[in-house]
Amino acid sequence: MTDTLSQYSVLALYSAMAIYAIAFVLFTLDLAKGASDDSSAVGEAKKVVVVPERRKLARVAMALTVIGFLLQLAATLMRGFAASRVPWANMYEFAMTGTLIIVGVFLLVNLKWDMKFLGSFVTGLVLLLLGLAATRYYVEIVPLPPALQSYWLVIHVFVATLATGFFALGFALSLMQLLQTKRENAAAAKEKTRLGFLTRLPDSVQLENYAYRLIIIGFVLWTFTLIAGAIWAEKAWGRYWGWDTKEVWTFIIWTIYAGYIHARSTRGWRGSRSAWLAMVGFAAVMFNFTVVNIFFKGLHAYSGL
Amino acid sequence: MSRPSDHIDSKPVDVDAKIVNPNLGVVGWLRWFWRQLTSMRTALLLLLLLAIAAVPGSLVPQRSSDPNGVSQYFVDHKDTAPILDQFQMFDVYSSAWFSAIYLLLFISLIGCVLPRTKHHIEALQAQPPVTPANLVRLPAYAKISVSGKSAEEVLEAARVVLKADRYRVARYDRAAGGKGKLKSEAAITVSAERGYMRETGNLIFHFALVGVLIAVGFGGGFGFAGQRAIYEGQAFTNSLIAFDSFNPGRFFDSSTLPPYTIQLDKFTAVYEEKNSNAIGQPVDFTADVTTQIKGEEPQKQTIKVNEPLRIAGTDVYLLGNGYAPTVTVRDPEGNVIFTDSVNFLPQDKNLTSLGVIKLPDGLAEQVGLIGFFYPTVSEGHSGAFFSMYPDLIDPRLTLDVYAGDLGLDEGIPRSVYALDTEDMTKLAGRKAPQKSLEFSIGDTVELPNGLGTVTFDGVKRFVSLDIHRDPTQGWVLVFALSALGGLLISLFVPRRRMWVSVTENADGSVTAECAGLARGDDPTLEGAVIALKDKLERALGLTRD
Repeated sequence: MTDTLSQYSVLALYSAMAIYAIAFVLFTLDLAKGASDDSSAVGEAKKVVVVPERRKLARVAMALTVIGFLLQLAATLMRGFAASRVPWANMYEFAMTGTLIIVGVFLLVNLKWDMKFLGSFVTGLVLLLLGLAATRYYVEIVPLPPALQSYWLVIHVFVATLATGFFALGFALSLMQLLQTKRENAAAAKEKTRLGFLTRLPDSVQLENYAYRLIIIGFVLWTFTLIAGAIWAEKAWGRYWGWDTKEVWTFIIWTIYAGYIHARSTRGWRGSRSAWLAMVGFAAVMFNFTVVNIFFKGLHAYSGL
Repeated sequence: MSRPSDHIDSKPVDVDAKIVNPNLGVVGWLRWFWRQLTSMRTALLLLLLLAIAAVPGSLVPQRSSDPNGVSQYFVDHKDTAPILDQFQMFDVYSSAWFSAIYLLLFISLIGCVLPRTKHHIEALQAQPPVTPANLVRLPAYAKISVSGKSAEEVLEAARVVLKADRYRVARYDRAAGGKGKLKSEAAITVSAERGYMRETGNLIFHFALVGVLIAVGFGGGFGFAGQRAIYEGQAFTNSLIAFDSFNPGRFFDSSTLPPYTIQLDKFTAVYEEKNSNAIGQPVDFTADVTTQIKGEEPQKQTIKVNEPLRIAGTDVYLLGNGYAPTVTVRDPEGNVIFTDSVNFLPQDKNLTSLGVIKLPDGLAEQVGLIGFFYPTVSEGHSGAFFSMYPDLIDPRLTLDVYAGDLGLDEGIPRSVYALDTEDMTKLAGRKAPQKSLEFSIGDTVELPNGLGTVTFDGVKRFVSLDIHRDPTQGWVLVFALSALGGLLISLFVPRRRMWVSVTENADGSVTAECAGLARGDDPTLEGAVIALKDKLERALGLTRD
């Protein structure tokens, strides 16, 4: 029973990856079309024709992302049921649930604001992480060690992955913001750039506002993760804070994002500099998730590898 | 808002003009320095510096969290370790440089937050500001025309709507004035402001962080942490000498140790048996204990990994476990000179365990026994034993025998888990005249040179308990949660000003202008102005619900 279910889970995950791959291609084509619109000196009439077609590509890609998300959700749930516990107790499962949440946050945010232009980044990142997880980090289902047998596993880890989802989108928006700033500056100086595909995107100030709003949600969730982690650590390890490597990196990430929030309200730092901080913050999140999990010694040694 | 001068919401001030002035004087310089320290830029820099300074502690083992790792590092990196040690790289989080950064950061924080608090308290008591003359210029703006109502009626409706939305409201009337382009007509206006909680939350967040820092600092000073291993049947009395190791805080008074005993009745470990991918993985550890606080009835309790025992203001954690073989040693005449269970420390996940028995008295010579215990023994290709499963299926004990000077007589404290063999001769074991002594349960084996006999009577489980007291950890939690609450309020409560200005037109109709200005990040400002306009229209009966 457990074996069959976990095999179906793997199958569903691979299907989801295939669909994300198609969505990635379509999202990227959609972005590229924006570029061709801009660079070729097309007349107004032609543009009107191009726009609906462009939208169609992005819409199909979006629909595919939803299907991929549902398949991955099924894969994750089956893994959880097969193990009779939450599906985030080792590296493979973290990756599976974490990327599911990244896609989920992406879809959720799209209900409010049109962010289809982030589709390439989201599906690309998720594919990369899932590919890595499926090929390098796959482990069979094993029972939870006593230290992980706590309801805090449900809360602490879930909220941490949720925060990661928001930070991921914040990263993508900040990257877009930097590129957009570059394009805007070039446009102001009447220089040519290869960033024409950004013309249709929101301007850099708008991108920064979006990034900020997502990152502050991520920051609140991360603060909660830190506190919940400390409460759990007190119960399981007898101290709420002990500068374990994972604790150190959680602290570093918190500090970087606190810096980001301050940077946004510091004259001379709003704009590109704070965007860089948002990107450094997410790089630290990814470092914490991959390198610290696998190569660093510490109490949070639950990668299962 | 009394923010630092480089805050994005403050008006730029020409600080440079003051800096180049050579006649600043001591007070001037101090003021300049203080302003630098409490500026946003410095706070930001210190924050980022703190993040960077925390990194080395994750790269190099730390004495606080991994003391064995530090010892190993000194062995592995003979040249670089002492240099790193000079820079306190093994105590990063208590180092002078790390402390300097966070102390400066907190001073900067306090220096920034105190004037803001004063300013905020004043703002809480003040009226909303005078309505600007030209509302069209504000970032969010809407306009309606009303006929059949007087200007006073419209303004009153606006006041009621704003009040209902929990704005603080003040009325300002303006006479016609100005000339040319600046000419403005007579208007009656309301000025409204809401979201004072945003700043309140922000201040709570920062004060709570100071609270966390202070509580953490004090907690370390007044608390203690001690470790003790006890085997089944053994009791531990909470007093200084009973601990295997003990780390008191700076201000800790050992007479405050609450008197109680904890006896380990039974330790149960459950290992996975069915899942072929996880055979032997621990699934559950449970310690059944009897506790007794002095002067009270004994109580049966359990301690598990995620379920510490809270007793008399201290917390008792189950942090480790292992096997304690029971061994009896007799002299050649058959008199028992030693009988006890001895804790053997686990060396791998299948609990191959290492232990030491010291026999200073009773035999012809001082004897030291050092050996391995295998809960489920198996023999490798080389003939060496190893344990292949952590539970007791086929237990085996092997002991090497040393005779000579145990080094106990000089009064130097020695670890019970280590045997100093410098002044001893190996009598049994590898490279010794005789093979190691080997036992299954119940076996009796003779010691070399007719020194006596050793009997392996059985095996008990032992647990290592961590006993802590941290009197301020509750406070740390309270402050941390306050910080979280403050953060939520400060990031998500919009603070904004709204104005409604009503003017009478020549034809007797009335024009009402609504405008809004956000203070801080507020994505909902435009929506709020439109909502205000809609509500006003509804209140005036211009649209149906």
